[in-house]
Amino acid sequence: MSVGETEPRTGTIKAVPVRHPGRWVAAVAVAVLAAMLVNNLITNEAYNWAEQLKYLFSPPVLEGVRNTIWLTVAAMAGGVALGIVLALMRLSANPLLRGAAWLYIWVFRGTPLLTQLLIWGNIGALFPTIGLGIPFGPEFVSAQASALYSAAAAAALGLIFNEAAYMAEIVRGGIQSVDAGQQEAASALGLTRAQTLRRIVLPQAMRVIAPPTGNEAISMLKNTSLVMAVPYFELTFAVQNIYSHTYQIIPMLVMACLWYLFLSSLMMIGQHYLERHYGKGYAR
Amino acid sequence: MSETTNAPLDMAAEGLMVKAERVCKNFGHVEVLKGIDLEVRQGEVMCVVGPSGSGKSTFLRCINHLEKIDAGRLWVDGHLVGYRQRGDKLYELREREVSAQRRDIGMVFQRFNLFPHMTALQNVMEAPMLVKGEGKDAAKARAEQLLERVGLSDRMGNYPSQLSGGQQQRVAIARALAMQPKLMLFDEPTSALDPELVGEVLDVMRDLAREGMTMVVVTHEMGFAREVGDSLVFMDGGVVVEQGAPREVLANPQHARTQAFLSKVL
Repeated sequence: MSVGETEPRTGTIKAVPVRHPGRWVAAVAVAVLAAMLVNNLITNEAYNWAEQLKYLFSPPVLEGVRNTIWLTVAAMAGGVALGIVLALMRLSANPLLRGAAWLYIWVFRGTPLLTQLLIWGNIGALFPTIGLGIPFGPEFVSAQASALYSAAAAAALGLIFNEAAYMAEIVRGGIQSVDAGQQEAASALGLTRAQTLRRIVLPQAMRVIAPPTGNEAISMLKNTSLVMAVPYFELTFAVQNIYSHTYQIIPMLVMACLWYLFLSSLMMIGQHYLERHYGKGYAR
Repeated sequence: MSETTNAPLDMAAEGLMVKAERVCKNFGHVEVLKGIDLEVRQGEVMCVVGPSGSGKSTFLRCINHLEKIDAGRLWVDGHLVGYRQRGDKLYELREREVSAQRRDIGMVFQRFNLFPHMTALQNVMEAPMLVKGEGKDAAKARAEQLLERVGLSDRMGNYPSQLSGGQQQRVAIARALAMQPKLMLFDEPTSALDPELVGEVLDVMRDLAREGMTMVVVTHEMGFAREVGDSLVFMDGGVVVEQGAPREVLANPQHARTQAFLSKVL
């Protein structure tokens, strides 16, 4: 319709694309920085890759990795289980249960994990004996806390109790994200509240719960390094032990990072499949 | 039940499925139902119409105790809904007892409320397996039969998100029927549907009515009410304003409020 039109209006449009000079400048800058990093990794002898390779699969490092893995798994399993209980308490009609869960979350989310782990490591000073009996009444059995309690238990409990506070809020958000109509439909079919929760609400809530829980699991993998405060032996503790007598500090810390990266990459793959499983039935 | 002083109302003898006496319901300070008296006979299709906010959906939800009534009495199939009466005292039923009452009452919602994480087949199988403890094979066989009956035999493996609104609502009807209810409640079952999908859902409901199912249908479909309904109830402001044979009420409304409402929707 305009003057000077040269091509017919039917057929595929062949227009001159908009240029993006800014993108080219940014790409060049990133490429230069990447080249500098690679160059540094190759030429900087302080990395001492040979030293890293020497210790990568050494027995103490592998033991540290093993402990890091089981702590992550135990802390997440326990944290999710306790978190679900706390979330249900938070959503309860009973104000006492609601209040107790709120108080728990307030304490464990409001204090540093490192400090909590230090307390768990010294819990014997707070509770010298552990017993079974009637509250405020007689005790039937009683034992020295130190006899029942190991550094491993302290580390795992410390991580679980802290994680549960975060998981509780994630689970509560997930449950509340499920449409109220789902509960009504289930009730109308004669399902009890427990059945509705287990078969209808939680599976749908999982779609919302899974992504942040994956994040929590990856955070947990790294937070296990804090249990050296208990103290308990894990990957970072292991490399510290090594460099305290070899003085190869940076190589050992970089090697630990590579292990953590490897493990968190595995978890990301798992997270992908988990999210796909719970996303079933939802068109994307 | 031996302690129960007034035995279950002998509604069967009178041929009644639902009996409401002066049913009241408040939401906070708002009176939504102000004394509803209604009777639904066995095999009857009762259509309930009225403007939004008239309390018709609330009344429907009281019938299966999704809402607790604040005053009056409501019986389904001879049993007081949600309560047990001993002497002149009422006791709330336990959760399990309420669930047991609801088994025999099917409900279809405006927004379908299918379980999105389950296929059509799983949606229909779930309640019989979970609530009645039915075996997987038996539940599957009946679910397939029901889905075929609502014309969805080729959609059994689909998730709700892969179905049209009309198909979803038909699955929802099949899901309710899987519990073999004595009474079906429909809460504006076609209001959320595109106009061209309304017919397929009404067809299924029409078949159901023909087979003798007792139905209470809150609806805006006056054509359905006229054709399929045995009775029509017009509600406004939390009361039953008028009721009677659908053709008569629709053609010759007696009350001014009914006339005003019908003149807008017909």
